[in-house]
Amino acid sequence: MSTVQPAEQTTPSPDSGHDHHDHPSYLAHHFDTPQQQFDSGKLGMWLFLATEVLFFGGLFCAYALYRMKHPEIFHYAHQFLDVKWGAINTAVLIFSSFTMAWAVRNAQLGQKKLLIANLTITIACAFGFLGIKYIEYSHKFHDGLLWAGSFTADEWLEQDGDPAGAAMTTESDHSGDDHAGDDHGEGSNGDGDGAHADGDGAHADGDDAHADSHGGGHGGHGGDHGPMPKRLSVFFSIYFGMTGLHAIHVICGIVAIGWILRRAIRNEFNKNYYGAVDNVGLYWHIVDLVWIYLFPLLYLLK
Amino acid sequence: MSNEATSHAAGHGHGDDHDHGVGHAVPLRILVAVAAALLLLTAITVYAAQFKFGPLEVVVAMTIATVKAALVCAYFMHLRYDKPFHAFVFISSLAFVSLFIMFAMLDAKQYAPEIELVEQQELAE
Repeated sequence: MSTVQPAEQTTPSPDSGHDHHDHPSYLAHHFDTPQQQFDSGKLGMWLFLATEVLFFGGLFCAYALYRMKHPEIFHYAHQFLDVKWGAINTAVLIFSSFTMAWAVRNAQLGQKKLLIANLTITIACAFGFLGIKYIEYSHKFHDGLLWAGSFTADEWLEQDGDPAGAAMTTESDHSGDDHAGDDHGEGSNGDGDGAHADGDGAHADGDDAHADSHGGGHGGHGGDHGPMPKRLSVFFSIYFGMTGLHAIHVICGIVAIGWILRRAIRNEFNKNYYGAVDNVGLYWHIVDLVWIYLFPLLYLLK
Repeated sequence: MSNEATSHAAGHGHGDDHDHGVGHAVPLRILVAVAAALLLLTAITVYAAQFKFGPLEVVVAMTIATVKAALVCAYFMHLRYDKPFHAFVFISSLAFVSLFIMFAMLDAKQYAPEIELVEQQELAE
């Protein structure tokens, strides 16, 4: 790697379109300086992030409108979201944003080992986030708490609007399937204390035991949520729309950070050329930003 | 990393980054402090959600979320040290999304009585 040339020396001569010999290998020949290359990439990234904000803006608009129009749906649906999982996922994403921001610093300072370590931790956190999302989604799929058109939870909610019933059916699902051990254990802590005391009886019956387990006497729980509102499925359309689009962004982030990790291992970055690390970092932070708003809107507000 | 032997002749676009190449490196202690503040604010918003403030719940939750978002933007995304134009691009997009949501809500409020009438008719059928 030759030394970085000052701007006036790397200006391409008008005669030749390709000047391969008077600029460093990481500087694309259509840029005059590493600074110009970095600034151009970064401006492009910020423009892309602006379109991402607009992209998610449509879903936030849907949320705001339906919440204004039907607060009772959001109030009732709140019982089906577990604050514990949402909070853990928030912490996981914040930590991964921290390791990503640190990785950018590592790239700037040429700390290759730390760069690789921080990128690896960031990817691991992204997988952890998706794993927790999988646990949450599988509960909702099992209980029929899905978007409008696929929503089937009203069948058991109308018999007994009891959140402990949801925990019970979730547990029986886990005992019937070959879920991983930690999945099962954490799932049983999920939705309500009532499920622990007398849940075992329902396990053997599996999925067909819905009606029985709901009749099993958790009358104390459902009281403050009132009767099931009409069009409850609207909430889950919005929930899956927002968290689903966010999860797609997390998957794209894993691919992008993986690409950066590969390039870091191949020693492609230095303090005058780390724009790709910085820009992937910006993307990852906006994934975190979206979740910072999704978590209180979906999990915390009643 | 062998590349670090390269001189830093180029790339002094900013005044305060003397040996970090083309950009500004955020000090590690600031990154750690921001991450700690974000986790603390998450704990606070979860704790605050237990209490019933009525309409204020939305205000409290969104205020905390916005403080967290500002921290991420300013330090993790370098906007505090970056060219102001990048912040301008980003804040513009947020402003237009706000405008979009506000107009949609105004519109929905305006026509709410008529929509409710139709909904009641549908439910009655």
